[in-house]
Amino acid sequence: MATRAEITSGLAEILEEVAGVNPDDVAEEKSFTDDLDVDSLSMVEVVVAAEEKFGVKIPDNEVQNLKTVGDAVTFIEANH
Amino acid sequence: MSTTDVVVTGLGATTPLGGDVASTWDAMLAGRSGVRALTQEWAAQLPVRIAAELAVDPSEVMERVKLRRLDRSEAIALIAAHQAWADSGLKDAGLDPERLAVSFGSGIGGAQTLLNQDDILEASGPRRVSPHTVPMLMPNGPAAWVGLELGAQAGVHSMASACATGAEALSLGLDIIRSGRADVVMAGGTEAVIHPLPIAGFASMRAMSTRNDEPEKASRPWDKGRDGFVLGEGAGALVLERADHAIARGATIYAKLAGAGITSDGYDIVQPHPEGAGAIRAIAKALADAGVSRSDIKHVNAHATSTPVGDMAEIAALLAAVGDHPVLTSTKSMSGHLLGAAGALESIATILAIRDSVVPPTINLDDPDDSLTMDVAAHKARSLDIPAALNNSFGFGGHNVALVFTRA
Repeated sequence: MATRAEITSGLAEILEEVAGVNPDDVAEEKSFTDDLDVDSLSMVEVVVAAEEKFGVKIPDNEVQNLKTVGDAVTFIEANH
Repeated sequence: MSTTDVVVTGLGATTPLGGDVASTWDAMLAGRSGVRALTQEWAAQLPVRIAAELAVDPSEVMERVKLRRLDRSEAIALIAAHQAWADSGLKDAGLDPERLAVSFGSGIGGAQTLLNQDDILEASGPRRVSPHTVPMLMPNGPAAWVGLELGAQAGVHSMASACATGAEALSLGLDIIRSGRADVVMAGGTEAVIHPLPIAGFASMRAMSTRNDEPEKASRPWDKGRDGFVLGEGAGALVLERADHAIARGATIYAKLAGAGITSDGYDIVQPHPEGAGAIRAIAKALADAGVSRSDIKHVNAHATSTPVGDMAEIAALLAAVGDHPVLTSTKSMSGHLLGAAGALESIATILAIRDSVVPPTINLDDPDDSLTMDVAAHKARSLDIPAALNNSFGFGGHNVALVFTRA
């Protein structure tokens, strides 16, 4: 089981690759769209990459609830 | 100049000869070839293993994350358009976005994206197909991205007329300004299909040179040894502007886009009309539209792609429509054939020929075809006073576009 910090760090790697987000800017309270500038198409890429990295399935109807990095960490922690 | 005149106030390009207009033009005047052997693994199986790849890869001038969501044809369209925009000085001129339009096209479009994403679909399934796929492969993608990044709000138009695309995009830009729909149009063409499938397709038509052992000698318009065109990639962009608008802001004016002529052959999907009837009519229309006489045309940047039939059909058309007095060149001997970008790049070369009073050379014309009765600037650039010049573009589908540029 990955820790919350490990999941956050893994998401930071994905966000850097897909959307050019500086890993230092990634923290649990950050909003994907408002703080990290991840647009809707890039968010799809983040979700698919996260599913692969963490071995989880993130349903499309769940994605809209993942507003912050912390929301994603919580979902991945509970489902992987 | 009258208020409906249209002038060129900015140029941009990324080509097999250079990453910008200045380096491309220097290479042309020096007679350098941009054709190289393809070193990619996939090339080994192909009958054609040469091409004119970009001198400066987009990754050298554009950030990685931005490139992930752009087809290569879109990325280089943006690179060329931003160069032209900066060159025009319009960036900080306070232009009303509702007076700025875009007319940009591609011959084939986002084929690399389509094929690469199909590989992903086959290998990993639909969920792994990039959500950027559709905006990357849609034919209007290059025009749309250019319009988006420049903030153009007077309309974004996408031409598709195969190898006449770049020239037809300029012609549409001319119409847009003349009709009063915009004061400025970013116009041009882009192409990036150096990929095994398009090459295999052209090769199956027997349209491409197979001079694989001598890449730099493969593109040889009007030479007896010509055996087909050499595929090139690149983009060219030109800022077209209403003359009084340009003069009022003190812009540097390269030349006037004086006229355009467009016809269609109605003859064959890929073969040119044997007597060049459509080409002759296009040239005549362009001269009439520009208000210049045949004798005014001192230089022609020909379409001449180095194919056995097409090169001489164009000569027949030029003799009928203009006469044998202009000094001719085919810059494709150096750049290769940029398909949908060819008309844009060759318009840039035509404009710079007028500005600098020099005709860029046609390299590799070692043994001219017996029926070549026009004066070609073979091997070396030639000094020439050029008050008016013609640029021809022809495309699969029977598209003929002739453009006349004059000294401003």
